[in-house]
Amino acid sequence: MEFFLQQLINGFTLGGIYALIALGYTMVYGIIQLINFAHGEFFAAGGYMGVILLSFFASKGYMQTHPWLCLGGALLLAMLFCAFLAMAVEKVAYKPLRHSTRLAALVSALGMSIFLSNGLMLTQGVYDKPYPSGFAQGGFEFGLITVSYLQITIVLVTIGLLIFLNILVFKTRIGKAMRSTAQDKVMSALVGINSNKIISLTFAIGAGLAAAAGIMVGLYYGSVNYTMGFVPGIKAFAAAVLGGIGNITGAMLGGLIIGMVEIFGAGYISGQYKDVFAFVILISVLYFRPTGIMGENVDDTRV
Amino acid sequence: MLWLLGLLWPLMGIHADGTLSFGKAFTVWLYVLAGTIVIVALVILHKQGLLTWAGAPLKMLRAPAAATTARIPTWIWIAIAAAAAFVFPQFADRYGQDVAINVLVYVCLGLGLNIVVGLAGMLDLGYIAFYGVGAYTYALLSVYYQLSFWLSLPVAACTACIAGCIIGYPTLRMRGDYLAIVTLGFGEIVRIILNNWMQLTNGPNGVLGIKAPGLYLPDWSGGFSFEHLYLKKLHYLYYVILLLAIFTILAVRRLNISRIGRAWEAIREDETAAELMGVNTYLLKLLAYAMGAIFAGLAGAFFAARMRFVSPESFTFLESATVLAMVVLGGMGSIPGIILGALALIVLPEMFREFELYRMLCLGGAMVLMMLFRPGGFITAKRLGRRSEDKEG
Repeated sequence: MEFFLQQLINGFTLGGIYALIALGYTMVYGIIQLINFAHGEFFAAGGYMGVILLSFFASKGYMQTHPWLCLGGALLLAMLFCAFLAMAVEKVAYKPLRHSTRLAALVSALGMSIFLSNGLMLTQGVYDKPYPSGFAQGGFEFGLITVSYLQITIVLVTIGLLIFLNILVFKTRIGKAMRSTAQDKVMSALVGINSNKIISLTFAIGAGLAAAAGIMVGLYYGSVNYTMGFVPGIKAFAAAVLGGIGNITGAMLGGLIIGMVEIFGAGYISGQYKDVFAFVILISVLYFRPTGIMGENVDDTRV
Repeated sequence: MLWLLGLLWPLMGIHADGTLSFGKAFTVWLYVLAGTIVIVALVILHKQGLLTWAGAPLKMLRAPAAATTARIPTWIWIAIAAAAAFVFPQFADRYGQDVAINVLVYVCLGLGLNIVVGLAGMLDLGYIAFYGVGAYTYALLSVYYQLSFWLSLPVAACTACIAGCIIGYPTLRMRGDYLAIVTLGFGEIVRIILNNWMQLTNGPNGVLGIKAPGLYLPDWSGGFSFEHLYLKKLHYLYYVILLLAIFTILAVRRLNISRIGRAWEAIREDETAAELMGVNTYLLKLLAYAMGAIFAGLAGAFFAARMRFVSPESFTFLESATVLAMVVLGGMGSIPGIILGALALIVLPEMFREFELYRMLCLGGAMVLMMLFRPGGFITAKRLGRRSEDKEG
């Protein structure tokens, strides 16, 4: 029972992170029907930005005096950076191809992903980069279960970001414009929505969330690596598909489920095959219910 | 807007171990910036028509050249190429032969992937998994059952084909994009299984002691008997893979101009229309997938026989991406284009050894640029159209 509860907490943490990444996929797919292969790289770039900024703060000694401020600052700056990176990538590699064949856009996205991950490797080196330690150590103990402060921080930040996103998408004018662009680009352009701007913004928001996830993964596992974007990227995509691609609530739910399945699969079945579970879910969802749990885009031409 | 991407790189390189050092990141950034400036300049010049003076003599040369090439029948060109390929090992050293073998392996892989991506229009990112299946099939058969290479070749093709069907069966019902990510996932699954199934594949340590392909040569000294000879010499292996490559080229060409090939292209152009015209899209897509897997399996078996060692390390996603880049850069659906692509992507990195680290960076960048400026690849395939569904924004 203790093991079960412990795994539940771990799964919740991991699931939140997957949910954050999955949101970027689902939003971009919802609006331009393109799998953004470079999304995993935004996540990795966020992790690297986190390590750079936090080590910078640590070297100046701010980490010891104001740890929370430093974390907040690093989070914000990394998100901002990745948002700009995503907008640049969108302008360079996706926008000119919006009217060409889908295969061309996919290949371009894949090329961008390879380019970015190798750019990270060249600038940051091949080896793991450690996060500065000594942040939010310790935790609560309930009998045999431990909930570390770090996990609580991650879950709180995740929930905060998800609430922020929900308000942004469902309550503001920008969100309304995004949703209408996703439904019909031509029509929303006719009523005065600048669809290019909205698409660019969607990329930026998705990448910002991915960057936050990157920092939290870095804090959680203690280090970042240039290949870290690849596998979480696929898993997050599985989460987005599971929730019904194009659906924001679905992506959150899907991320949680994928995280839980991975942790429980690793705990109860086999740790070596933990990466396989997410793929198996992805394939069975596509086979039995391609629209996902809360599928929105049931349009036959899209799926 | 390329400058924006250029500007963002140095920020990534703040190298903080207490200090800030820009050194490493700065050089990378400089290279990328230089490349970007050159490309942007070329594009701008091209748009303003300033490059016509450079292109004019080429154009003048091209017209008579095209006339003469048109007069010589195609088969002569093919014969020349085949003859050159055939005599190549006589003139090349060990290193040259090694590179040539690599090129031919990738030609096989590229042509196999071409069936899936170029003809049927499905993006397959886990293609290397079939290569791995083929390689492990021969490796295990050779190590455990001492089966000869030539017998294992069809077996490897069969197992790869079965793997292709298993993967294709659930995924091909849906269209387009999902397939890419599912195949990506499958590629990873195959690699993870190879890595973790210790009893069968010996995990990350790989399988050692695979036999080279053998050959029975008639031996007339002292009566008539067959002498068994292992083809360990590099130039013998070169001929084996040359044979396989020629077989692949012929097979893909025959498939391309057959009814099946036309049906595949119809699916690529417009799936709904193809289905309405009576094409069994699901079965044909599965067939394309299985065919692609078969050629990868053959190439994989050869790879195992040549290296005499296989490990999961050889079958990562980056290999899939490299093969895909060959198909994309060379020209989707065009056989000479893919041969050119394989040649370029193997030989160029060999020539620029000092830029080894930048290989994948350039590859990724080249894929994006190719899609932006010349989506058909170097040598564009003849029958190429647009999907009707992509036309509306």
